Amino acid sequence: MRSRPGILLVFILLTVQALAVDTEPPFEDAEREALYQRLTGEVRCLVCQNQTVADSTAPLAADLRREIRRMVAEGQTEAQIEDFLLERYGDFVLYRPRFRSSTAVLWLAPVMLLAVGGVALARVIYRRRRLPADVDADEDGPP
Amino acid sequence: MLRYLLPIVVLVALVVLLAKGLQRDPGYVPSPLIGREAPAFSLPRLDEPSRLLTQDALRGDVALLNVWATWCAGCRQEHPFLMQIASERTIRIFGLNWKDDPVLAARWLEQLGNPYEAVGVDQDGRAAIDWGVYGAPETFLVDAAGRVLYKHIAPLTAEVWAREFLPRIEASRGRSTP
Repeated sequence: MRSRPGILLVFILLTVQALAVDTEPPFEDAEREALYQRLTGEVRCLVCQNQTVADSTAPLAADLRREIRRMVAEGQTEAQIEDFLLERYGDFVLYRPRFRSSTAVLWLAPVMLLAVGGVALARVIYRRRRLPADVDADEDGPP
Repeated sequence: MLRYLLPIVVLVALVVLLAKGLQRDPGYVPSPLIGREAPAFSLPRLDEPSRLLTQDALRGDVALLNVWATWCAGCRQEHPFLMQIASERTIRIFGLNWKDDPVLAARWLEQLGNPYEAVGVDQDGRAAIDWGVYGAPETFLVDAAGRVLYKHIAPLTAEVWAREFLPRIEASRGRSTP
């Protein structure tokens, strides 16, 4: 097949266009713009739950972007803005929910599973080391 | 013995956990508002924009706050049931018209009937954010003192009404009028 770089370029440019969901101009203050980008990238759009507020074209996401923009412009801190959202929508609104009793399993399960796996692995290694070198380490295998 | 039993026990536990997980609705987001004071709002009334509807209107007796819009298919589905509740005079129903065209909203009530004591117009969706609204129709049950007792997301049905709303309404009225 002959390659057509021109057509390819058109398609690549089209995908770049599709990313522009948030049409508002950026903040002049770089720190505030960074805070705004960080927050909208961390907040779940509840209408389309696998998208962030920054990615979603849902009207509710636009409203939430507007509220976050307003609070950032007012000079509120990241914690204050998160509290505002948590009070209204609950833990689920943040992609990285805060650590509390209801989210403890979510946060601790990976660490605990890793620990269980680590202990199991250590036991297997320890047992095999104790076996005489001339015996096949696999107990269930053929002699 | 244990080395043969253990994998089976772990497998069964995993299957039970995953089966339970499958039965849950991932779209359901529990409202942090339950048990707390209803958020303040001040919205122009649909019938008379110069008058404001505020959270104070809800006080005095248990009340429903129903979030609706003309673009919302579930709201049309639920509307006859709201009309039925209104005709039975079980409870006062207030409306929050969410991100809608007030002209279309007024026409909707003319054509389908008006179950609401009053409707507040929330065109920019600011009040809805304070109530944690994310998908119409949503219905809040607020007690006489203005505390949120319950929230239902999805069209109201007779089954949900009898199971979730009526017992709470009766219990709340029982507490406030001993």
